Amino acid sequence: MNGATAILESLRREGVEVVFGYPGGSVIPLYDALYDFEIDHILTRHEQGAVHAADGYARASGKVGVCIATSGPGATNLTTGIANAYLDSVPLVAITGQVRTNLIGTDAFQEADIHGITLPIVKHSYLVKNAAELPAVLHEAFYIARTGRPGPVVVDIPVDLTLTDIDYDPEGAQKIDLPGYRPTVKGHPKQIKAAAQAIAEAERPVIFAGGGVISSGGSEQLRELALYAHIPVTTSLTGIGSFPEDHEELSLGMLGMHGTRYANYAVTNCDLILGVGVRFDDRVTGRIAAFAPGAKVVHVDVDPAEISKNVAVDVPIVGDAKSVLADLLVQLKKHELSPERHLPWMRQVADWKKSHPMTVRREENGEIMPEFVVKTISDITKGEAVICTEVGQNQMWAAQYSRITRPRHFISSGGLGTMGFGFPASIGAKIARPDATVIDIAGDGSFQMNIQELGTAMNYRIPVKVCILNNQYLGMVRQWQDLFWNKRYSATCIACQPDFVKLAEAYGAQGFRATRADEVEEVLRIAFASDEPAVIDIRVKREANVWPMVPAGGAIDQMLGEEDR
Amino acid sequence: MKHTLSVLVENKPGVLNRISGLFARRGFNIDSLAVGETEDPKYSRMTITVDGQDQPLEQVTKQLHKLINVIKITDLDPATSVDRELVMVKVKADAANRSEIMQIAEIFRAKIIDVSKTMLVVEVTGTREKVGAIMKLLRPFGIVELVRTGRIAMSRGTELT
Repeated sequence: MNGATAILESLRREGVEVVFGYPGGSVIPLYDALYDFEIDHILTRHEQGAVHAADGYARASGKVGVCIATSGPGATNLTTGIANAYLDSVPLVAITGQVRTNLIGTDAFQEADIHGITLPIVKHSYLVKNAAELPAVLHEAFYIARTGRPGPVVVDIPVDLTLTDIDYDPEGAQKIDLPGYRPTVKGHPKQIKAAAQAIAEAERPVIFAGGGVISSGGSEQLRELALYAHIPVTTSLTGIGSFPEDHEELSLGMLGMHGTRYANYAVTNCDLILGVGVRFDDRVTGRIAAFAPGAKVVHVDVDPAEISKNVAVDVPIVGDAKSVLADLLVQLKKHELSPERHLPWMRQVADWKKSHPMTVRREENGEIMPEFVVKTISDITKGEAVICTEVGQNQMWAAQYSRITRPRHFISSGGLGTMGFGFPASIGAKIARPDATVIDIAGDGSFQMNIQELGTAMNYRIPVKVCILNNQYLGMVRQWQDLFWNKRYSATCIACQPDFVKLAEAYGAQGFRATRADEVEEVLRIAFASDEPAVIDIRVKREANVWPMVPAGGAIDQMLGEEDR
Repeated sequence: MKHTLSVLVENKPGVLNRISGLFARRGFNIDSLAVGETEDPKYSRMTITVDGQDQPLEQVTKQLHKLINVIKITDLDPATSVDRELVMVKVKADAANRSEIMQIAEIFRAKIIDVSKTMLVVEVTGTREKVGAIMKLLRPFGIVELVRTGRIAMSRGTELT
C-alpha cells in the first residue's frame, strides 16, 4: 500500500466520512487515492473555504474536521482557518502536501515551511519524514485534536512519501504513546467539594458557561446543575447554546461587551461566579479590576493554563466540563439547597431582566432594523436552525437575538473574529447536519470575503441560507468610528457592491431581497422552504448600532445604550 | 529574578523551535539555553535561564506544559540545585604576563587548553559567579574572544531534576 492510501485508510479508521480540500501538485497522489476511496471530498473554491468548512463541520457534529491543501500557497491559505480553530478550541486535522523530501529547504516551487509558519497557532504539528510513520502520525493527530482541550493539528507530508510503499499495520498504528500529553479529565474530588461548599454558601451566585461545556458534551449536566441549584446562567459567545436560552428565569443570555445588561449586572454584583469551560476573554471581562469584584471565583477548565490567566481564581478545578459538572452536582445534592436560600438575589435578577430587556425594534424611518431580521429568523425556525455567523455587527445581533436552546446550534468565530468564516462554516455545518436548516447570518462585508464558496454550495447542492444584514458598511468598525472617532468613516463604506440577488442567480442559487420590514418574514419563509442554496439580501438601517455596548477597557456594568447618545 | 528551568523533552526535530518560540511569544527573553541528550536518548534536557522579573513565570511554564513533546518542567531553586557553565576565553598573553595568567587560572581551577605566542585559551567551569570573578581578573590582560555553553543545572542529593 502506498503512503497516500495509508493516509486515507487511517482517516477511515478514525471514522472520517468527509474531507474538505483543494488539490495541487504536492497532493496529486493523495487525490488519486481519494478518487475511488469511500470518503467524500468537498472541493471548495479556496483553501480558506475548506478549513472553515471543516471547522463548521466539527462544531456542528462534535467530530474532528479534516481539510487538505497542497504545499506552498495552498497551505498558507489555511493559516487563518487554523488560527481560528486554535482560538476557539475546535478539533481539526489539516493535511498539507509538501515538496519532495530532497527538495525541502531549497526554496523549491510551491515550497513554504507550513510547519514553522503555523507553530504558534496549532495544538501540535508534524512534518513527516518517513512514509512508514504516516498511519501512526495521523492517528496521533486525531487523538491530540479531539482530546483534552481540542484544537487544530497540522500534518505536513512531502509528496514522495505518499508514493512510497509501506507495510501498513493498522493495529500498531493506532497505539497512542504520548508521555508528554495526559490531559486531566476528572476534577479533583477535594476541589469539587470545595466548589460545592462555596456554591451552597453563596447568596448571589451566577454560572458563566462557555464553549468548553459544548465541546465536552456537558450541556445536559449544566442544565441539571443550574436547575437543581437554581442559579442563573450567562454564556460567552462560543458558549451560546450550552444552556437553553428559552429558560425564562435562569437564562441571562450573553455576557460582556455586547452582552445583555442583566447578565453584566448580575456578574458585577454576584458573590460567586462559577466559570465552566471559559477563558475570561477581554471581550467578556472588560476592565479586569471591575469584573465581578465581590465574587469568589470557581473556575472549571480542562486546560490548566487558563486557570488564573486573566482572572484570579479562588477554587480552581482542572477537568473536563461534563465530568466535573456531573461530579459537582453529586456534591451539591449533599447540601440540600433550598430554592429560597437566595430569594432576594433571584428577585434582583428578575428585576434587571424586566427593567433592561433586549427590545426588538421592527423598523425606523421605514428602514428595517437588523435585530428584527434576526428575531424573525429565530421565530420562524422555532430556534431549531443551526445559526452560523460572520463577524462584526451581524455576529453580535445574531448572538443577542437568536434564541438558541441547544448546543452546536450557534457557530461563530469567537476568539479570532474571522470575517468570512460564517459562509464556509455553514456549508460544513449543513453537511454535518443535513436534516437541519442551516443559516449564515452575514454582513455584506464578511460575505464578500468568501463569497466564492457559492460555487461549492452549488456544486454539491448544499442548501445553506445566507441572510445578509446589508448596511453597505463594515458596520462594527463604522460603529466605533461613529461612537469614538468623531464619525470619521475611514475606509468603512462599501456601498459599491454587487447585486447579491443577481450574483446568487449567476451561480444558479436563489436570490431574494427585502427592503421593507413587511417583506422580511415572507422572503425568509420562501428561502428557507426551498431545497436550494439561497442568498437573501436584506437592506437594513445603514447606521444601526449594536446596543448595549461596553466601551473597550470599561467596566461591564457601565454600558452605553442608544439613549445615552 | 533569574529562574533556571530544567525542561525534559522528547528528542524530536522541531522541539527546540517550539520552546524558544513560546518564550518569545509570551514576552520572555532567554538569557541562556543548553540542550543535550539525557541518559535515555529518547529524551533531551534543556536548561533555560530566563528573567522572571517583569511578569510571573507561571503562565509560560503552563504553556510549556501544553506542548505535546514536553515531559517535565522544574523551576530549580538555587539552594537545592547545582549549576555549572563552561566558558572558553581567549586572552592576550606575552612572555611577560603569561605566568601571571596561568596562576590566576590555577587558583580558579581553570585550564589552559591552547597556547600561542600572543594568546592563551582558558577553559573555566563553574557557577556564573565564579566565571564572573575570573573574567574580572582576566579582563585587564585583554579578552579577545569568549564563548559560553549556557548554564546547566541539576537537583542536589537524591532528588531527580
